[in-house]
Amino acid sequence: MHLMLLPGLIFIIIFAYIPMSGLTIAFQKFIPAKGLFGDQTWIGLDNFRYVFELPSFTQVVWNTLYISSLKLILGLVVPIVFAILLNELRNQLVKRSIQTTIYLPYFLSWVVLGGILIDILSPSRGILNEFIMMLGFEPVFFLGDNKWFPVTLVLSDVWKTFGYGTIIYLAALTGIDPGQYEAATIDGANRWQKAWHITIPGMRMVIVLLAVLSLGQLLNAGFDQVFNLYSPQVYQSGDIVDTFVYRIGLLDAQYGVATAVGFFKSVVSFILISVSYFCAYRFAKYRIF
Amino acid sequence: MKVETASEPVTSRRRKPVDWFAIVNTTFLIAAAVLCVLPLVHIIALSFSSSAAASAGYVKFWPVEFTLSSYEYTASRDEFWRSLWVSVQRVAIGTPLTLLLITLVSYPLSKESHVFRLRLVYAWIFFLTLLFNGGLIPTYITVKELGLLDSIWALVLPNAVPVFSVVLLLNFFREVPKELEEAAFMDGASYWTTLWKIYVPISKPALATLALFSMVEHWNQWFDGLIFMGSPSNYPLQSYLQTIVIQQNLANLTREELLSLAEISDRTLKSSQIFLGSLPIILAYPFLQKYFVKGIVLGSVKG
Repeated sequence: MHLMLLPGLIFIIIFAYIPMSGLTIAFQKFIPAKGLFGDQTWIGLDNFRYVFELPSFTQVVWNTLYISSLKLILGLVVPIVFAILLNELRNQLVKRSIQTTIYLPYFLSWVVLGGILIDILSPSRGILNEFIMMLGFEPVFFLGDNKWFPVTLVLSDVWKTFGYGTIIYLAALTGIDPGQYEAATIDGANRWQKAWHITIPGMRMVIVLLAVLSLGQLLNAGFDQVFNLYSPQVYQSGDIVDTFVYRIGLLDAQYGVATAVGFFKSVVSFILISVSYFCAYRFAKYRIF
Repeated sequence: MKVETASEPVTSRRRKPVDWFAIVNTTFLIAAAVLCVLPLVHIIALSFSSSAAASAGYVKFWPVEFTLSSYEYTASRDEFWRSLWVSVQRVAIGTPLTLLLITLVSYPLSKESHVFRLRLVYAWIFFLTLLFNGGLIPTYITVKELGLLDSIWALVLPNAVPVFSVVLLLNFFREVPKELEEAAFMDGASYWTTLWKIYVPISKPALATLALFSMVEHWNQWFDGLIFMGSPSNYPLQSYLQTIVIQQNLANLTREELLSLAEISDRTLKSSQIFLGSLPIILAYPFLQKYFVKGIVLGSVKG
C-alpha cells in the first residue's frame, strides 16, 4: 500500500511542498539564475517592509476583503432563496428545467464569461446599456468606473455560481420527510411558516458548513474573474492581492517582493482555513478525512 | 380514504382563488433561468450575424443577416487549430493520469488506521496542501527549474493530484461493503488485485464524475498556459482566447490579416470565438449535469 501512495506522494512533494519551501524567496534578494536552493542573499524582512509601506498595498488588501465578503454574503443568501423558491414549485418538469439551466454558467471559464461580459456591458454598444438607455438613463461603464466595478464583480460572480449552490441546498432538501409538510398543513401553517420552520432548518447543516468553509477563502476574491475583467483605470477599486502578486511578480519580475505578499497571504489563509475546518468539524460534524 | 373525502369540499373551495404566489414564483424563477443563459444566446446570435448588423446594434437574440464568415475566419487561422490541439492533448493526457493517481492514493487512505498504520501520516501530508500553499511565484519558479516551461507537461503535471478529488473518492471507497474485500483476501487476492478487481469496477460512477470534473478543469484552465508557455504557439485554447478576446493582443498579426480582420468586425469574430470556447462544455452539459449533481452530493453533503 505504501507503493500505491508513492506516485501521488512524489507529485505532491514536487508541486506542493517544494513551492512551499520556495516561500523562503520572500526573505531573499532572489536572483533566478542562482536557482531556488541556490546561494541567495538573505535580506530579512526588507521585502515585507517595502510592500507594507506601499500605499497601494493597503488599498489592495481592502479591495480583496470588500469584494470577497460581498461575494461570500450574496453567494450564501441567493442560493438559499432560490432553493426555497424552487422547493415551492409543484410542476416537476418546470422545476427540473430551471435547475438545469441555472448552473450552466458555473461550468464556463472566466475567459468565456469575461468575453461575454465585456461585450454585453460595453457602454457604447453593449446590449445591457442599450436597454438602460431605452429606459431613459445614462449608460453605465460597468467595467471602467470605480463606483461600479466591484458591484459588477460581485453580481457576475453570483451569476456564475448561484446555480451550483442552489443544487447543494436542494440536495439537502430531499432529505426532509414530506410528512413534516403535511403535518404542518394540517396544523394550519402557511407557506412562510413552513419555509421558516421546516425548509430552512432542513438546510441548516449545509448552510453552516458552506458559510464556515467559505470564510477560509476570504483572501481569494477571485483571481480568474478579476484578471479577465479589470483594466488599469479600475485598479483603485478592483485590484486584489492575487492580481497584485501577478503584476509585481511575473510582469515586473520582483520575485522577492511578490513572494512576500504571497507568503503573507498564505499565512493568513492558513489560519482562516484551519479555523474554518475546525468550526465545520465542531458545528456540522464535517470531517474531510 | 375517509379523510380525503372529508377534505374534498375544503380543497375545492380553496382551488377557486388563484394561487398568486405560485404564479409569481414560477414567473420569477423562469425569468431568472432565462436571464442566466440570455447573455450567451446574445453572443451566439452576434457570432452568426453580419458585421454590419452587429456593429449597428441590430442583433438581439437571433442572428441578423445570417453568415458564417467569422467562423470561417477563425477556422482559417493556424493558431486556433494549434491551440485547440494543445487543449485536446492536455485533456487526453491529464485526465487519465489524474484518475490513475487519485485511485492509487485514495485506496490506501480509505483504510482504517489499524489496517494501514501510517494512514494518518499520509493523510496529513495530503491534507496540509489544502491548508497551506507556496503561492504563485514559488510554483512558477519550481516549474521553471524543472525545465517544464513551454511543454505540455507544465499544464498536466502540477495539478495531477487534486486533493479534493482524492477526498471524494476515498469517501466513496469507504462506502464499499467490507465483506467484498474480505472475501477477496480469503481467496488470496492482494491489495493490488482487490483495488482493480473490486473497488474500481464498483466505483465507476464516482470515477466518471471525477473524470468529467478533471476534463472540464483542464479545458477551462487558461492561466497556467499564459504563464508557463513562453511562446503563444504553445497556448491551450483558453489561453489563446484570453489573449485575443480579453487582451485584444493584435500585435502578432500581419498587415494583410489586420485588413481582413477589419472586414469581419472584431465583435462578431470575438463572439464566435467565445462560443467555440464554450462549445465542448455545452455539448457535454447533459452528462455534466447528470453526474455533477451526484458528485457534489457525494462531496459536500456528507453529514
